[in-house]
Amino acid sequence: MPLFDRKDKSRYATFTRRTLTMGGGIAAIMTALGARLYQLQILEGEEFMTRADENRVNQRLLAPLRGRILDRFGVELATNRRNYRVDLIPEQALEGVDAALDTIGRIIVITSRERERILHDIAENKHFVPTTIAENLTWDEFARVNLHLPYLPGIQPEVGETRNYPFGDQLSHVLGYVAAVSPDDKTNDDDPLLDLPGFRIGKRGIEKAFDLQVRGTAGASRVEVNAYGRVIRELGRDPGAPGADVYLTIDNEVQKFVAQRLGNESAACVVMDVANGDVIAMASTPGYDPNDFNVGITETQWKGLNEDDHHPLINKVLSGVYPPGSTFKPAVALSALDSGLLPADFSVNCTGSLQFGNYVFHCWKKGGHGHVDLHRGIAASCDVFFYEVAKRVGIDTIENGAHKLGLGYQTHIEIPGEKAGVIPGRAWKEATLHLPWQQGETLNTGIGQGYVLVTPIQLCMLAARVASGNQVVPRIVHVVGHTVEQRPQLKRLEFSDAALAAVQSGMNAVTNEPGGTAYAWRIPNPGFEMAGKTGTAQVRRISKEEHLAGVKKNDELPWNLRDHAHFIAYAPADKPRYALSILLEHGAVTSHPHVQMARDILLFTQQRDPANMTAGYPVNAADNGGARL
Amino acid sequence: MSSRPYAAARRTLSVGEKLLEINWGLVVLITMVACVGFAMQYSVAGGRFQPWAAPQMERFVVGLAILVAIALVDIRIWMSLAYPAYGAALLLLVATTVVGHLGNGAQRWIALGPLQLQPSELMKISLVLALARYLHGLSVEDVSKPLRLAIPLGMIVVPTVLVLMEPNLGTATILMADGCSLLFLAGLSWWWIAPVVTGVVAAVPIAWQFLLHDYQKRRVLTFLNPANDALGAGWNISQAEIAMGSGGFGGKGFVQGTQSQLNFLPEKETDFILTALGEEFGFVGCIALMLLFATVIFYGIRIAMASRSQFGRLLAMGITLNFFFYIMINAAMVMGMIPVVGIPMPLISYGGTAMLTVMFGFGLLMSVHVHRQVEIPRSSGGII
Repeated sequence: MPLFDRKDKSRYATFTRRTLTMGGGIAAIMTALGARLYQLQILEGEEFMTRADENRVNQRLLAPLRGRILDRFGVELATNRRNYRVDLIPEQALEGVDAALDTIGRIIVITSRERERILHDIAENKHFVPTTIAENLTWDEFARVNLHLPYLPGIQPEVGETRNYPFGDQLSHVLGYVAAVSPDDKTNDDDPLLDLPGFRIGKRGIEKAFDLQVRGTAGASRVEVNAYGRVIRELGRDPGAPGADVYLTIDNEVQKFVAQRLGNESAACVVMDVANGDVIAMASTPGYDPNDFNVGITETQWKGLNEDDHHPLINKVLSGVYPPGSTFKPAVALSALDSGLLPADFSVNCTGSLQFGNYVFHCWKKGGHGHVDLHRGIAASCDVFFYEVAKRVGIDTIENGAHKLGLGYQTHIEIPGEKAGVIPGRAWKEATLHLPWQQGETLNTGIGQGYVLVTPIQLCMLAARVASGNQVVPRIVHVVGHTVEQRPQLKRLEFSDAALAAVQSGMNAVTNEPGGTAYAWRIPNPGFEMAGKTGTAQVRRISKEEHLAGVKKNDELPWNLRDHAHFIAYAPADKPRYALSILLEHGAVTSHPHVQMARDILLFTQQRDPANMTAGYPVNAADNGGARL
Repeated sequence: MSSRPYAAARRTLSVGEKLLEINWGLVVLITMVACVGFAMQYSVAGGRFQPWAAPQMERFVVGLAILVAIALVDIRIWMSLAYPAYGAALLLLVATTVVGHLGNGAQRWIALGPLQLQPSELMKISLVLALARYLHGLSVEDVSKPLRLAIPLGMIVVPTVLVLMEPNLGTATILMADGCSLLFLAGLSWWWIAPVVTGVVAAVPIAWQFLLHDYQKRRVLTFLNPANDALGAGWNISQAEIAMGSGGFGGKGFVQGTQSQLNFLPEKETDFILTALGEEFGFVGCIALMLLFATVIFYGIRIAMASRSQFGRLLAMGITLNFFFYIMINAAMVMGMIPVVGIPMPLISYGGTAMLTVMFGFGLLMSVHVHRQVEIPRSSGGII
């Protein structure tokens, strides 16, 4: 066979032809690839550039500093403190997480439950995410950790900020507390801060009412992250805005005195400036330590607070509704006198009871008071006198007068959770019980029993209104940030001066005239005398048999069956400046401990006289609102 | 091609003469392409030679030595080794498949002493060698005879099926493409080509139903709609496109690509290295690399056309086309034009076997060039 034949030539020609064909195909495909490059990089380059940036840039929220809450003299009631904590970065723990926890466990205490929580958190997160091992460390503990730091790989000491209530349970029901965000908190609030781990939100009291103002505005840090979310570097930072400070009308010294004086009794007390309604002290005892809620309350603590029969979680000043008992009598007297249906010299003969239809209405004094006019009726708190007054003027007059005094409505003080109470009337009974009004009920209403319900803050407002003759409204917040809170112009009460003077005279007699129900616990210091009115809210029902056999004295009953004891007062009696209301649950005993408390509190308040001291509100705020002080 | 007198070229050359005959221009071109690879290995490691750039350079040096050594070996020796090489590669492939079935899932590697071998890579070269040898013995008319055609078809189909079973769709595609291209170049009649192409198109739905693994189907589906699975398999494609596209005209700069440096890019040092280049050097960089590749392919085609033996022509074209198919599939894959099939970019992607196989192939191409004047009788082809 020859080396080259015709067939070889033909297949070389075929090969060449087809190779060139394929070369053309290759060129076409390369061109297509180039076209795709052009499309991706030139035509759509901008869009992909944006997407690449979206990939790598993350916004990290920075929690703003929460605004402080201060008293009228600038004393910090709620503030922020350094939170010394220790974090662990798992990937930097060279000998493993367990070994790292063992080592740190020799320096600070880590319980087995905490350890479990830490290991759980570490397992949940990426290995470069810091996990908090312990927080709220003392300075000593923190210093010890820092000292041993060279031998603690992966351990990272950090200093954060957390809420602090330096006065603990002394102000619990005024300030409320902050706690971790719950899912419910997010339903009407889309602030991204709520998703920040460890963020705290106001849950009660001023912390809740002014949460939005105190919270501040989130800052942000723009960081570059890699595909696993690890932060590579910070690109920019917006520090956000700290929350506004809130200045209360509270005088922390009076508050402290009130809290100490109430002690651990189940009690409520408010002290108010009658000139403008500024609440100088407000306490509901027992309270709770708001710091516990911030740090995280244990289940046992929570159970204890809930099951306590002294109800430490309820702000009795605003949320506790009680029959006012005889503290309602000044309101009845004012309504009656002003209505014109009651002559000024009206008097009755109290025999200890009053027959009305088939019912016998008893006076608290078994033997009766004898001849009683309005002055003595208030001073001696004669029930029969007020039965007669109520019978004479009717429920409509009483209802109307009580409403004019602000009873039966919320006072709209800035702390959430306030109850409105009840001032009964024909329309009210028809609407709620679908029954017609009975005249016997008018008599009961006349002595503050039956359907009447009030809160201690309403009673304090009643005292302030009777004392000043003005429509005083209680307020507890004076300045938020640099803005003075708006207050309505003070108006006179719609009662005649004569009626007011008669009731004031009766209340003065309660404490300052022999025969007055609180004469034994008067303020003897000249110029500091108080006027007041006692009251007892019946807790149990007294049967006909017991009335016949003789009503048991409260002193003889177990604590939880004793009547609640009220007292309202203002001082000085002749030139009123401070009004007070106090409630001692199950405290109606002969020694009148609540009147003793009221006496001490009003004397202390007058001697300190916070209303006439220079306030500590921010300067420009004082410029705007100074006129009111 | 050469200024050397025809007669001088026909005798057997000495080793020194052969060294001079080596197409050093092509060697320089290959080195330039490899250097682009080193630069990108260095970049995706965050500006460090470890762990990828340095070993890749060492392998390239070894690869260059292999290239020269192979180029010096007479083309007729390679021709005589074609069938044994094919047989050995086939055996290894069967062994891998058996071992793979004993174990779980994909088995592409086999351990030969300290060496980790990918038999499917060896098969690409061996198949080209064996087909070139077989087709060398056939005239244009012979190629289209059914009995003559059955043998090369079997040589193509058997390893393709084995590789498909590994499963390695990308390599199987390249084997099939290599084989079919050689049959086409050898002069296969259009009467065969037209019906087969039609048949293959018709067979796609059947292959989908019975031949493809679930993960392969998922890749195809993901490719067709990446947004469907933006955080799963589609994530790779999306991130690759973002990297490529965000490079724009001029790129973000060397070691400045955010997608690659921040690890958004999957398999950035291997299959997706082109997108790192696209991100850091932009359109300009990619086109420059494509032009380098095109030039290498142009050299390969010229070498094939200049060879005086059909074996040499087919071998050169087989190697060149194999190189091209790698480039085409990888580039199309990372740019979202075809599904992700796991084919590296030759000379650029990090990887030992691929680098050595490619350099071995270029060695054979160079051998064809050095021995382009050698004439081999048609009768020495065939089965023997």
